[in-house]
Amino acid sequence: MTVTTTPAPPAPGAHAPHRPGRARRLVGDSVTMTRRGLAHWARQPGQFVANQAFSVMMLVMFAYFLGGGMAVEGGGEYVDFLVPGMLALTMAFGLETTMVALTTDINRGILDRFRSMPIAPSAVLIGRSLLDMLNSTVGLLVLVGAGWAIGWRWHASAAEVLAALGLLLLLRFAVLWAGIWLALVAGKPELVQTVQILVWPLGFLSSAFVSPETMPGWVGVLADWNPMSATAGAVRELFGNPAWVGDSWAAQHPVPLALLWPLVMLLVFVPLAVRRFGRLGG
Amino acid sequence: MPVSPRDEDAVIRARELRRTFGRGSETRNALDGLDLTVARGGVHAVLGPNGAGKSTAVRVLTTLLKPTSGLAEVAGFDVARQPDEVRYRIGLLGQHAAVDEELSGRQNLEMFGRLYHLGGRAAAARAGELLARFELADTGRRPVGLYSGGMRRRLDLAASLITRPEVLFLDEPTTGLDPRGRAEVWGAVRSLAGGGATVLLTTQYLEEADQLADLITVVDGGRRIAEGTADQLKSQVGGDRVDVVLRDAGALPRARAALARLAPAGARGAGGEGVVVDEDRRLLSVGVEDRMAALTAVVAGFAEAGIEAEDIALRRPTLDEVFLTLTGRPAERDPGEGAAETAGKHEGGRQAAEEVSA
Repeated sequence: MTVTTTPAPPAPGAHAPHRPGRARRLVGDSVTMTRRGLAHWARQPGQFVANQAFSVMMLVMFAYFLGGGMAVEGGGEYVDFLVPGMLALTMAFGLETTMVALTTDINRGILDRFRSMPIAPSAVLIGRSLLDMLNSTVGLLVLVGAGWAIGWRWHASAAEVLAALGLLLLLRFAVLWAGIWLALVAGKPELVQTVQILVWPLGFLSSAFVSPETMPGWVGVLADWNPMSATAGAVRELFGNPAWVGDSWAAQHPVPLALLWPLVMLLVFVPLAVRRFGRLGG
Repeated sequence: MPVSPRDEDAVIRARELRRTFGRGSETRNALDGLDLTVARGGVHAVLGPNGAGKSTAVRVLTTLLKPTSGLAEVAGFDVARQPDEVRYRIGLLGQHAAVDEELSGRQNLEMFGRLYHLGGRAAAARAGELLARFELADTGRRPVGLYSGGMRRRLDLAASLITRPEVLFLDEPTTGLDPRGRAEVWGAVRSLAGGGATVLLTTQYLEEADQLADLITVVDGGRRIAEGTADQLKSQVGGDRVDVVLRDAGALPRARAALARLAPAGARGAGGEGVVVDEDRRLLSVGVEDRMAALTAVVAGFAEAGIEAEDIALRRPTLDEVFLTLTGRPAERDPGEGAAETAGKHEGGRQAAEEVSA
């Protein structure tokens, strides 16, 4: 290599005269990590668009292929029931993008470089989660637009609509950290694909598409208490859309549950993920 | 140890460093009381076979791995207690390219610069400097995934130099590279050391340590088993060597016995009375203490025993022979793919270590 040697390097560390404190480092490094992900999107806009198109496709499929066979108890349009459920379900979809990206980093050695640098240790995970939340927010707004286009309407104040969207994103944030932890445990991109399959039974074992009361005994109870059902129910209530309200406490108090469930999940999975991440070196 | 640098000049200092993996009966010591002192400036090689603990040592010294016990200081800071102070002062070039394959070279270097908290503008300037220096300035927006192996290695090296590190760690930097790529890395290491940085290099290639390093620490089983310049290590094995090529393979056993008497006391017992035999080439090799006396003795002894030699030569030992004598095993020749560090269970190596330090 014909490397031109710089005669005498300046004092080591001369390039970093300011050592930011902990808090500033956490924010700055997380932003840098998020920007890294945005640069990836800019490189592959197709993948970004495909992710958004998937949930719109699901919505259209359910509305037009299955919707004809569905009747909402006590009247009302199925689309008004379907769209909030779909919004809740979508919050559990597309986790594999973040999970695969994380496991790929682990296996490629770039994580070793990050960890050998003076960065805030959790910035890698926070960057990934911020990026995912950006993606999810765009996805949510696209889906809301698509729902509106096929005839869904809310009957609520702006504050209620915003609260509903907030609860949906809160659910996403909680599910995301569970996904991050699972990705760190799985360690390999191939295993992540397997994990992602579990989202389907979890998603459908809920009140997203049908009333849990139509499910056999204990399955219905599980569906009633599923965090996804809580958010779906809460969002239906806030949007003023029709809902099957069962007899269980869970079915009758969706809004507090839609707050409580994600917070509990975050309390469990954020520390688990951060601890797991810290131990990656061995 | 004849050439151990004085402690106060040391930029890397490890004492009784231990790192244990696994639990219960699965426990193994990747580092088993490693002592290492590296003086400021120049190139220091850590030489050893697969599983000797080289990579674990680098991972501990670069704060990626906490030691189970023992002390490790880099640039004056404890790696376990002040990892960030260490991190601002080191660069790491691992075995695998540690860059983002989807981004361009410039995007990579700017990102790493920001993560070193240079600030956006300084990070961009430093990226430009390094791209020019490593002849990557014209790669444009091309993602690193499309770079050649050599280009990727250069970018990786550039990324390790963003903060102008006091100590640069190179963990088997040429493993898997073709001869041209290897020569490129060697050139870069020489120029870096010439620029005032301290380079710690791990390698399983004896030739690489011989070519680049001012001082070599030989490790095996997670411990230091020898240290010195290439010349000193060669002398420890028994100074010069006499190579004899026989005319007749049938005379090998007799010639071997005759040569064994010449081997210095220290080398006897480790590798078959110190005589290395290559039956295919009818070649015998022995380490000797007094070169001229030994040569005369070989000629006289062979004439007396009626052994005919095709060729007799005096030469300095290679590091392969040094390694064989120290550990009782030949050094790795071809690195296996994904060579995982395995537990060091080489009792022979321990004994050899005691012999050398005795």
